[in-house]
Amino acid sequence: MAGKKKLVLDPSWCKGCGICVAFCPKQALELAEEKVRLKPDGQCVLCGQCELRCPDYAIWLEDLEE
Amino acid sequence: MPSDLIHKFMRIDHLPHIWCAGCGNGIIMRDVAVALQELIDDPDCRVSREKTVIVSGIGCSSRAAGYMDFNSIHTTHGRAIAFATGIKFARPDLEVIVLTGDGDCSAIGGNHLIHAARRNIGLTVIAFNNDIYGMTGGQYSPTTPTGDVATTAPYGNIDRPFDIAQLAAGAGASFTARGSAYHARETIELIKQGILHRGFSLVDVYSACPTYYGRKNHKGGAVEMLTWQRDNMVPASRYYAMSEEKRRDKILVGILTHNDFPEYTQQYAQLLERAREGK
Repeated sequence: MAGKKKLVLDPSWCKGCGICVAFCPKQALELAEEKVRLKPDGQCVLCGQCELRCPDYAIWLEDLEE
Repeated sequence: MPSDLIHKFMRIDHLPHIWCAGCGNGIIMRDVAVALQELIDDPDCRVSREKTVIVSGIGCSSRAAGYMDFNSIHTTHGRAIAFATGIKFARPDLEVIVLTGDGDCSAIGGNHLIHAARRNIGLTVIAFNNDIYGMTGGQYSPTTPTGDVATTAPYGNIDRPFDIAQLAAGAGASFTARGSAYHARETIELIKQGILHRGFSLVDVYSACPTYYGRKNHKGGAVEMLTWQRDNMVPASRYYAMSEEKRRDKILVGILTHNDFPEYTQQYAQLLERAREGK
């Protein structure tokens, strides 16, 4: 069953290309010292556009554990 | 720990990969993994992990065979399709997927590409097309657009570029399609259709090389290159709804040719049958 999801980031795999930041429909992401992070007030809607285009697999959606 | 998809289908001890920041190849390799996952998870689909082989040649793109956790073989420059032909010929029951680049499949391996297409042997070729030889330092490739600069064309390239999908179609490929790094969802679907297609299939996927191609040609970094794909490449559903005039400057993301020609290993099996019967 498709349950709730959460956004997961692994900055150690991020190369700072900025693709996820540019194509996030909610502008919820930013780069800090060339690594991706969720903006403090970022309103992530869990659409998965970032995961779809991250060339380095550093950002993705994961099922929330029940 | 990366996502379930990456953990399941990639050799994570080899990751992060060596591709540059913003390289489109990482996006396309994920597209291949998603396409395979969806086919493998479908109980009505013949594709299984055990019977899938990934073959690559040489170049940035061809590192993918090392990263993907399948039966895989990383071969010599331009010869991925030749090795794949041998594998398919010996074991027609396998899904043989070739991950290659524009130089690997249309220059060094150009003859293997056109003859595999002509024979219609059941391979799936995914061309990671980044318009340049990235690994060796940015020499122009057969897909570098006319006028663009490369380390071997400092005053601009005077060659006319190949359209790899059209080249394969012209050589007789029964399934040809075009995707892009930006259009990941559409590209995943096209790769799935290519794998399911029984004859020779080629998906020409526009990658992006910000390091050796984009920045040197004032086309920007990764974000600008993917934005160009978004604005100039149009998925089939919208493309065919546009007027011919509007289509003229746009590149189709979708299927270019789809024919039901006889597949080569099946033809060969029938030939053997006939020869055994002395006919």
